[in-house]
Amino acid sequence: MLSIPPAISHACLDDALVVTLHGVWNIADRTGTPRLPPEVLASCGARVLRFRTDALGGWDSSLLACVTAIVRAARAQGMDADVSGLPDGLRRLTGLALAVPEREGARRDAPPEGLLAAIGRAALALPASLRGILAFIGEVCLAAVSLARGKAAFRRRDFLLLLQETGSDALPIVSLISFLVGLILAFVGAVQLRLFGAQIYVASLVAIAMVRVMGAIMTGIIMSGRTGAAFAAELGSMQVNEELDALTTLGVSPVEHLVLPRMLALVIMMPLLTLWADLMGMLGGLTVGVAMLDLGFLEYLQATRDALTLTNLWIGLVHAAVFGALVALCGCLQGMACGRSASAVGKAATSAVVTGIVSIVVATAIITVLCDIMGI
Amino acid sequence: MTADAAQTTAPAGSPAEPHIEVEGLRVAFGSFVLMREVSFTVRRGDIFVIMGGSGCGKSTLLKVLTGLIAPAEGLIRYHGRDFTRAGPKDRAEIMRGVGILYQGGALWSSMTLAENVAMPLEQYTSLGRAEVRELAALKLALVGLAGFEDFYPAQISGGMRKRAGLARALALDPGIVFFDEPSAGLDPVSAKLLDDLIIEIRESLGTTIVVVTHELASIFAIGTNGIFLDVDARTVVAQGSPAAMLAQGQPTVVRFLTRDGSDASGRSKECA
Repeated sequence: MLSIPPAISHACLDDALVVTLHGVWNIADRTGTPRLPPEVLASCGARVLRFRTDALGGWDSSLLACVTAIVRAARAQGMDADVSGLPDGLRRLTGLALAVPEREGARRDAPPEGLLAAIGRAALALPASLRGILAFIGEVCLAAVSLARGKAAFRRRDFLLLLQETGSDALPIVSLISFLVGLILAFVGAVQLRLFGAQIYVASLVAIAMVRVMGAIMTGIIMSGRTGAAFAAELGSMQVNEELDALTTLGVSPVEHLVLPRMLALVIMMPLLTLWADLMGMLGGLTVGVAMLDLGFLEYLQATRDALTLTNLWIGLVHAAVFGALVALCGCLQGMACGRSASAVGKAATSAVVTGIVSIVVATAIITVLCDIMGI
Repeated sequence: MTADAAQTTAPAGSPAEPHIEVEGLRVAFGSFVLMREVSFTVRRGDIFVIMGGSGCGKSTLLKVLTGLIAPAEGLIRYHGRDFTRAGPKDRAEIMRGVGILYQGGALWSSMTLAENVAMPLEQYTSLGRAEVRELAALKLALVGLAGFEDFYPAQISGGMRKRAGLARALALDPGIVFFDEPSAGLDPVSAKLLDDLIIEIRESLGTTIVVVTHELASIFAIGTNGIFLDVDARTVVAQGSPAAMLAQGQPTVVRFLTRDGSDASGRSKECA
C-alpha cells in the first residue's frame, strides 16, 4: 500500500467531469502530491464535478487541499460539485473548509509597499515619535522635581537592589573590558612612540585617554548593553502583564515609581564605575609598559601622575553621569512604549541598546565640542 | 450560593443609587470607531456584566472606565462625580474607591504577594508597617491564600495569581470592583470558586461589581444586570439581567446566550 504513489486523472463524460484519485496521499511525501491542471475545468465544459476514489489508498491534508482547490475552482466556473464520491471523512472536512465564504479583504495580498512609500511612512511617523520622546522626558523631569521636593516615592529596597544590579554586579565585566582597552591603547601608542624613543609617553597617552573619555565611553556602552536592555525588557514585560496599568490605576505614576529610581541608580553608579574603569585601563597600560617596553614600575606611575590633571578627571565623570542618564532614559523609554506581545519586548530591548549607544556617541561629540569652546 | 440567591438579593422596587453612570461614550483610535453611544448605569449592589463576542471592545471599555484610555466623547460619573474631566488629583481619589482585577492578575512581579497587597495600603493610608502586614495577610486569607505571603507571583499558579490580584483589588475596601475576564484560563471548578467568591464579596461587603466576561456559566450564575456589546453594531444592543436580555429576543444576543453557532457566517464576523 505504501508504495503506491498518489495520482490524479480525469475524464470528460457527457456533462460531467470525473476526477479519479489513486494511491496513497501523504503530506510528508517528498516528491510532492499531484494537482489537477487548472485548464482542465475550462476545456471540459462540463456542468457537474464528480469524484471517484475506488483506487484511493490512504489520505491526509494533502488530498484535502487538492480536493478543496478543485471544488473551489469548479464553483467559481459555475459548475456543481458532487462530493458524494469522496470518503466520508474527506467529504465532511471539505464541507467544513468551504462552509464559510472567504472573507473579503482579509487576505493580505496587497503588493509590498515601494521604497518611496516606506520612506514617506517613516517620515510621517517621525513627529509622533519625537513628541512621545519629548513627553517622556518632560514626565521624567516633573518626577525629578517632585522627588527633589520630597513628594515622589519609590521603595527604598527596590532602589538599593537597583544600585547593586547597576553597580557592583557590573564590576567584573567593566574591569575586564577597560583593562583590555588600556592594554590596546598602550600597544597601539607604543608602536608609534618607539620610533623616536618616546616610550615613556605611553603612560600619559593611556592615562589621559582613559580618564578623559575612553573610560566613560566603554562603561557607557557596557551599561547600555547590560542594563539598558534589562530595563527595557523588565518594563516591557510589566507592560505586557498589565502591571503598569495596575500601577497607574492605583494612582502611582510608573515614571516616579519605576523610571526615576532606575535613572538615579545609573546616574550615581556610572561615575563610580568609570573611576574604576579608569584605574583598570591604566593598569592595562602599566602592564604593557613594564612587560614590553622595559619601563620601570615607578617610572610609569610617575609619568602617569604628571600627565593627569583634575580637569580631565572631572570631564570624564561628567561624561559618565550624562551617559548614565541617557542609558537609563533610552532603556525606560523603550520599555514603557513596548507593545503587548513577547516579540515587542525583544524589539524594545534591541532599540534600547541601539538608541543608548547612539546617544552616548552623540553626547560625547557634543561635550567634546563644548569643552573645546570653553577651552578645557 | 446559587443563581437564585444572586437574583433575589438584587435591589427590588425603588432602584438603588447609581454608582457608575456612562453617557454617550464613544471610543475611537484614529479614524477607527470601536464603539459609540454606549450608555448604561451601574447601581449599588449590582453584579453588572459587560458581555459580547471576542474583540468587541469589552476590555477596552474597562480601560476607558478606569481612566487608562481617554474616550473620544461621552461622560463617566462615579457616585455622581464627573470622572472624564476630573483632574489627576480627583481621579486618584475616585480610583481609590475602585479595585481592579486584571486578566492575568497583573501582580507586580518584583514584590511578594504580601507586598503586592500592601502597596495600595502604603500608598493611601498612614498605617504602620505591622498593621499593613497584618491587613495584607488578612486579605490574602480572605481569598484562600493564607500562608502564601512571602511567595513571589512567579512561584504560584495562574488561579492563585488571580486570587492574589483580587486580594490586592480589595485592599482598600473599595465600593466598586472591576473584574476583567475572571474565569479566563481557569478550569471549570476554579472558575466556579471565583464566581462564588465574587458573590460572597458582594453579599458581605456590599460591593458593587462590574465583570467583563464571555463565560456563559458566569453570566447566568452571578449577573444581576448587564449590557451586551455587539461587534457589528459597535454599541450596546441589549441591557438588563441576563434572563431579561434573553427574553428581549435580539438575535445576536440570543445566539450568544444559547451558544447557538448555527449561523455559519457568524464565524467570519468576529472582529479582528
